[in-house]
Amino acid sequence: MTAAVLSVRDLSVRFRMRGDRHVAAVTGASFDLAAGECLALVGESGCGKSVLASALLGLLPGNAQTAGSATVDGLELLGADERTLARSVRGRRVALVPQSPAAHLTPVRTVGAQLEETLRALTATPRRELRRAAVAAAERAAFPASHLDRYPHELSGGLAQRAATALALIGDAPLLLADEPTTGLDRDLVNRTVDELRRHTDDGATGRALLMITHDLAAAERIADRVAVMYAGRIVEIAEARTFFGEPGPLHPYARGLLAALPERDFTPIPGMPPELGDLPDGCAFAARCDRATGLCATRPDFASGLACHHPAAVPGERSAAHA
Amino acid sequence: MLELDTITAGYDRLRPVVREVSLTLAPGEAVGLLGPSGCGKSTLAKVAALLHRPYAGRVVIDGEPARGWRHTAPRAQRTAIGVVFQQPRMSADPRLPLRDLIAEPLRATGRRDEVPARVGELADTVGLTGELLGRRPHEVSDGQLQRACLARALVLRPRWLICDEMTAMLDASTTAALVAVVEEYRAAEGAGLLAVGHDSILLERWCDRTVHWQTPPTD
Repeated sequence: MTAAVLSVRDLSVRFRMRGDRHVAAVTGASFDLAAGECLALVGESGCGKSVLASALLGLLPGNAQTAGSATVDGLELLGADERTLARSVRGRRVALVPQSPAAHLTPVRTVGAQLEETLRALTATPRRELRRAAVAAAERAAFPASHLDRYPHELSGGLAQRAATALALIGDAPLLLADEPTTGLDRDLVNRTVDELRRHTDDGATGRALLMITHDLAAAERIADRVAVMYAGRIVEIAEARTFFGEPGPLHPYARGLLAALPERDFTPIPGMPPELGDLPDGCAFAARCDRATGLCATRPDFASGLACHHPAAVPGERSAAHA
Repeated sequence: MLELDTITAGYDRLRPVVREVSLTLAPGEAVGLLGPSGCGKSTLAKVAALLHRPYAGRVVIDGEPARGWRHTAPRAQRTAIGVVFQQPRMSADPRLPLRDLIAEPLRATGRRDEVPARVGELADTVGLTGELLGRRPHEVSDGQLQRACLARALVLRPRWLICDEMTAMLDASTTAALVAVVEEYRAAEGAGLLAVGHDSILLERWCDRTVHWQTPPTD
């Protein structure tokens, strides 16, 4: 495997609240992501996925405290000052494909004008070359050049998504961060959007690293190499997509429950709701909803071999042996 | 019966998005309406919910033709239909704690005395615990807010439910949980359902039958 583009070690984000309370949005997240690889980060809404993304872009609100480390291309992102973030991280090392492109694009300027502005800011394109470079940038994201003079509200959902992707690709960042890129799109459009993201991951000599944050398991299955499952602020399982969606399936009971809830599978919900991030139990956060829980689950399971569970569906070692 | 009879509707009289569409739901029946985004299925759902006046055609609710739309719809017809929209954040008053959000239809129809019992019962049904009921929309997740919006749609015990992409923003487990709540309610009250969406796997699993929207001719 090539060297990691993104390396996250023991990343934690806590929000200081009124009355000396804390909300532990992300706790102890560790993973690596290589060029040409797609990692899907999945979990219920409110589990801390988007906070993790914001931490990587230095976009956390003022009451956030971070711990651990996250490096992209060798540059430490946590605690980086605003100048570093603005000049060498956002757009250049980490590019964001936003959740709702219609809200991300500037409504009063055409797509072409926004591409040219981003080109001026991120590259040394001479002024007279800007229009040609904008056409080329649009082309990379399959955005039709004939629509460059349109305003965001004149675009369909799919084209707006491509315009936002074109903007994200301009800085040639080694890490693409897609935060719920398919929310609210219909299935055909979801497939087209994630296929295009996959293409950008494979593009070029070494490709890009793609971290896709999503609650859409079908989209994750379609393009991810690996899947990370987040529950109550912690990554509870990281697995190869092939074994996660196929055989033998996920090992963590929460991940199994999430897959079983799909309408093409059992269509049965996981009982109960996730705990509040401001009031997490000392032990396993999923124990209260888990049918495998025992007294042991009052202590927190360590994250080892890609899994944090006392009673997994199978032993992690056996899985890799059986599917090596 | 909930009958949509040759409905033509839209936002520009010269270019209606729904043209002469008819659809009939039998009492207690669950019908899934499938179509790509932008095909007009949400507009038809709004017409069926008496929230959008069609240019032509009739809506007949349990034998009674609709006589008004939005606030001019007669109360008996308006309250016979419960609606859940795609985006809970855009369909919840940000100032109301979830408890009041769920109770609002009872208050608006002069049934305040039923509030404590009915809200408590529904909060249990949709899985919202006591402390969450005191929070405002910005203090809860999309999934929790949609649970409250579903409870609000059920609070007046409607005979018809219209769910327009109710689960498009939600994860798999919350989706399955909310569909289970709807089905439990329908089994108990014999209510009919029009579920609008683009996920054929979901709607075919959920509904008695599905209708595929025929793309209208574009001109």
